[in-house]
Amino acid sequence: MSRHSIDTAADAQFFVIERKRGWTGLDLRELWRYRELMYFLTWRDVLVRYKQAVLGVAWAVLQPLLTMVVFTVIFNRLLGVKSPASDVPYPVFSFAGLLPWQFFAGALARSGVSLVGNANLLTKVYFPRLVIPISAVLAGLVDLGISFLVLIALMAAYGIAPTWHAVFLPLFVVLAIAASLAVSLWLSALNVLYRDVQYIIPFLVQLWMFVSPVIYPVSSIPAGPLRVAFSLNPMTGVIGGFRWALLGQQFPGGYMWASTAVVAVLLLGGLFYFKRMERVFADVV
Amino acid sequence: MSDIALRAVGLGKMYRIGAEREAYRTLRDTLARAAKRPIERLRHPGAATHASEQLWALRDIDLEVQHGEALGVIGSNGAGKSTLLKVVSRITEPTEGRVEVKGRVASLLEVGSGFHNELTGRENIQLNGAILGMTRAEIKRKFDDIVEFSEIGHFLDTPVKRYSSGMYVRLAFAVAAHLDPEIMIVDEVLAVGDASFQKKCLGKMNEVAHGGRTVLFVSHNMTAIQNLCSRCVWIDEGSIRQSGGAQEVVYSYLGRSAEGPVSGEIDLAHWPHRYGSGEARIVHARLLDENGVMTTTVHRTRPMEVRFVFESRCAHPLHFTAQIVADTGEKLLHLSHHDTPELRPGVLKGQYEVAFAVPVLPLCEGQYKFWLAIHTESMVPVDVVMDVLPFVAEDIADSPRPYRTTASESAFCWTPSHCSISPAP
Repeated sequence: MSRHSIDTAADAQFFVIERKRGWTGLDLRELWRYRELMYFLTWRDVLVRYKQAVLGVAWAVLQPLLTMVVFTVIFNRLLGVKSPASDVPYPVFSFAGLLPWQFFAGALARSGVSLVGNANLLTKVYFPRLVIPISAVLAGLVDLGISFLVLIALMAAYGIAPTWHAVFLPLFVVLAIAASLAVSLWLSALNVLYRDVQYIIPFLVQLWMFVSPVIYPVSSIPAGPLRVAFSLNPMTGVIGGFRWALLGQQFPGGYMWASTAVVAVLLLGGLFYFKRMERVFADVV
Repeated sequence: MSDIALRAVGLGKMYRIGAEREAYRTLRDTLARAAKRPIERLRHPGAATHASEQLWALRDIDLEVQHGEALGVIGSNGAGKSTLLKVVSRITEPTEGRVEVKGRVASLLEVGSGFHNELTGRENIQLNGAILGMTRAEIKRKFDDIVEFSEIGHFLDTPVKRYSSGMYVRLAFAVAAHLDPEIMIVDEVLAVGDASFQKKCLGKMNEVAHGGRTVLFVSHNMTAIQNLCSRCVWIDEGSIRQSGGAQEVVYSYLGRSAEGPVSGEIDLAHWPHRYGSGEARIVHARLLDENGVMTTTVHRTRPMEVRFVFESRCAHPLHFTAQIVADTGEKLLHLSHHDTPELRPGVLKGQYEVAFAVPVLPLCEGQYKFWLAIHTESMVPVDVVMDVLPFVAEDIADSPRPYRTTASESAFCWTPSHCSISPAP
């Protein structure tokens, strides 16, 4: 009998590995314990990218800059899309939208293939699998920072001073991360289970840009059902928020909250879906 | 005794062949199938929608490892050893049963997990350390020791893609060797690097195993198992066939594996136990006796020939070797094409056969097998196939020896000698 009681006492410190069924908790505390790994994997992604590309930093500058030039020529000059505020020229307006958009597009492209690309880690080492798509998303922050400096230069060139709204920018960066992660979690997990998802992602990103207010302002969409549909796009709020914080344009208002709520729902759903699916990753990947 | 560090109770892992384990599914197929299913249901009511076969990679495994004990795990390929380690390491979930662990676990199922070719040695040490579960402070503290152990010296700031495979492996193992968890789970990772480095790795493992650490160690190297582990389990077809003292289990395992179906030739195109760059690949091998007949039994003092066919697209000269390895893992004989000085193969592209003829077999009675290897002339492994062509050496029928001298009782090797006895002066 005494032996039994000792065993029970010792059992208290045992960590138990067994099959989990159905939906499980997110265990964010464990994720926090692995924050250094998350940091290192992000660091690796950034390091590798700037090492491999000959253009390195130049690429992070050129990509949004050239896109902006093309947008300005085609949509502004040829098709007559206008910036909603007369004191903000179209190039600055579209660049401010491209900032979060390219972060989002890059995050989807990287994280979509992140789990499959790290298959050797998934099958050989244990860590919370969430670390992988999260670090793939965070790796885009360096590009975002570089583009941000370009925007500052662009604003200076056009003589636009930032307003006090700029203090809220970090909030919208967090929202951009949340929106990117929300979609990335779904895509990365789905890509492990269905390997053709990775081919759909570029197409998805392309279509998504046209239904997000990158090229045109939200105000050009007529109020009504169409505006409501637009506000369900997680990126509508992020882009509107960036423009408000950086260029002092009209506060996005109602659609902003709707869009943020969609981000929250997608993110939470994505986290639980990912947690549910992660247990088979090592067997399937 | 309640000082248990690791315990498995009724552990089982099932894979569904034809479903999850099928290469992988595509969304397109799944959608197409989902669309077809209602139609199929209408057409063939009652038919099973999908038939999948269950495969239990592990079943009813019960294990207890005491704190500070080193437990060896042996078994033939596909017996479930790696699955066991994966379940214990939390990489994959058990289907039934449970594992309980007490203490920080580090698993080493592969050296160099997460190594990135573009990154330098220094960067990879930090990254790999983090992946294996070290904190940043810990990596910093051990950094110099790791560098010293790896012997990579001034290549520290060179991208690892410029490393020789030997350096790569040394660096990778060096990081792993500096983990200090309470429970360490190690898969066959020691069969890497050159001989002196292997010795160093085994030395380090020995230190770990005898240093009060709890170790779960999978290996095909029976000598290593016997040296490092006090206890051993033999896993066969997913369940424990025997468990007990390391020596005892190893012996009964070796005794059994000789009964398995073996022949004097083997198709090596898909042989899993190999390493190297793959620029040349050994595809077939056979063992011939003194009459040129394929065999699994050769005789002491008699001729023997081992032949292997390889395919190469390698643009530099290669070095061909064959090693005879004892069933307990010791490497005994080394045959090299360099011993035939007039043979200068040069660059070989296409398919060739290498033959090593041994005029006098210098082995005592016992069980042996081959390692066949192609290296570059700078000894970078191109294709090294391990543990193939098992054979039995027997004494000749008209042996002058009045009783059997077996490898396990006397010694592995034999050589012609002359003995004289005379009165001591």
